[in-house]
Amino acid sequence: MRSDRGQSAPLGLKIAAGCGLLFLHLPILLIFVYAFTTEEKSFVWPPPGLTLQWFAVTWNRPDVWEALSLSVRVAAISTAIALVLGTLCAAAVSQTRFFGREAISLLVILPIALPGIITGIALRSAFSLADIPFSFWTIVLGHATFCVVVVYNNAVARFRRTSGSMIEASMDLGADGFQTFRHVVLPNIATALLAGGMLAFALSFDEVIVTTFTAGQQQTVPIWMLEELIRPRQRPVTNVVAMVVVLVTLLPILFAYYLTRDGDQIAGSGK
Amino acid sequence: MTIAAVQSNPAPAILPGSGGLRGALSDLFWRRPKFLLLLMLAPPLLWLGIVYIGSLFALLAQSFFSIDEFSGLINREFTLKTYGDLFQAANLDIILRTITMAALVTLASAVVAFPIAYYAARYARGRWKALFYLGIMLPLWSSYLVKIYAWKLILAKEGILTWLLAKLHLLWLLDAWLSLPVVGGNSLSVSFTGTFIVFVYVWLPFMILPVQAALERVPGNLVEASSDLGASPGQTFRNVLFPLALPGIVAGSIFTFSLTLGDYIIPQIIGTSRLFIGQAVYSQQGTAGNIPLAAAFTVVPIVIMGFYLWGAKRMGAFDAL
Repeated sequence: MRSDRGQSAPLGLKIAAGCGLLFLHLPILLIFVYAFTTEEKSFVWPPPGLTLQWFAVTWNRPDVWEALSLSVRVAAISTAIALVLGTLCAAAVSQTRFFGREAISLLVILPIALPGIITGIALRSAFSLADIPFSFWTIVLGHATFCVVVVYNNAVARFRRTSGSMIEASMDLGADGFQTFRHVVLPNIATALLAGGMLAFALSFDEVIVTTFTAGQQQTVPIWMLEELIRPRQRPVTNVVAMVVVLVTLLPILFAYYLTRDGDQIAGSGK
Repeated sequence: MTIAAVQSNPAPAILPGSGGLRGALSDLFWRRPKFLLLLMLAPPLLWLGIVYIGSLFALLAQSFFSIDEFSGLINREFTLKTYGDLFQAANLDIILRTITMAALVTLASAVVAFPIAYYAARYARGRWKALFYLGIMLPLWSSYLVKIYAWKLILAKEGILTWLLAKLHLLWLLDAWLSLPVVGGNSLSVSFTGTFIVFVYVWLPFMILPVQAALERVPGNLVEASSDLGASPGQTFRNVLFPLALPGIVAGSIFTFSLTLGDYIIPQIIGTSRLFIGQAVYSQQGTAGNIPLAAAFTVVPIVIMGFYLWGAKRMGAFDAL
């Protein structure tokens, strides 16, 4: 038993930590209030009145639906690619030792460690050098590249906890490589992969910097929001979309946390 | 089972192959693990190698091209002229401004992050620990643009901050601050102060997590021993806690520093018309069409981060990640 159990923090520390957490959360809560305001033209506080009409207006906006549909499709396909690549890489790195293993971890992390603008402009200049026109697939190409790392991180953490003797036991009992993968490896890493996939989906759904360089004329939800932030057309619609975006990204994060909370490494600690 | 029983019913030394292509493949993987390894590594390495590293090199190569000032066409011959352009006074200004901002943001994030990380690491237990963890994770993963948008609402002239200060009869303080030369402006949402606040807000969780990880490893009795030996809380912080938390702070600063160096959206939405490196890159490749200069500009953060990472590694920051 720890000797410092039940010992309470100094008041100053409590206040500083509390204020810090409030600083982190109040701005996001504010978004929820603004989604209901009756004011159209400015960001006036406090809101002069509350209304639900902007939800109906937003519901009937085809451009919002198009952006949402593009974002979901891009995120789904990028996540699928990242799941395959990230798992393969994690399996290789954690099950065997070989020359250049460290370099591979670095290579996987690099797309997220370097500022997004570098990844974005690098991809864009590569597309223009190779004469590839912008399309749905150029967006996916960029997103999948930086989504690999979140799947990889989750899968590596889980592989580290799974003992190799289980695989050997399965082989000894006569299962072939595919059966071992299907019945032994996959059930063990399934929740980690699901968590990694959720995070990858959230990451892709929210990404804006790389997307501005690889999207051409198409609009994902973040691009639509950026456009509204620079040249506001209808602020109440933006407020509602902002609130929806917060909800859409938070649910996968909470779910990923729930899936991996018992582990030694909890999903999402490295974005 | 006796030995005789085993001998009377001899099992084949090796299990029979399960046959077919699938069996053959499975056997091949077992006999040659290297082949399986290669097969597993090939897709991710090909993807990252070609898509990512290939693109990076394509970008770096372009920084050695130059642009023809009259036709606006890109001249694909090796030259250092673009790097000469990079070091013009106006561009140096941009680089210096960005580095100053990144340093200030890093410092402020460390100051704000420390109490949260310390409380979470040392005092929060059980349910509170989980709550603190989610309290840091949710803002980290909330939409980046929505966070910026929220601050636009807060910092706007008619927004919540002005309202709050008016209620507290502190508007004169805001006006005095806004009339200052460099940090001031028409309203907070078009000043460097606004840019600074938003940067700190958006990158703060990236600082809290590594600092917390470093503080988790500090045994509680070390702090008690320090106070038993007569150190004041201030002395304990300076001589015990801070040195032990430093690798975590350096690890967090890698994120805050690198992210500030490359960001172009925050200063564009909340800030003045004076550019940061990210904005310079964006406008050079977009409206100006000067890809070589944009590429040369991106080399600046890469080089700075290279040195930064090298220094951080020497301080042992990577163990805290």
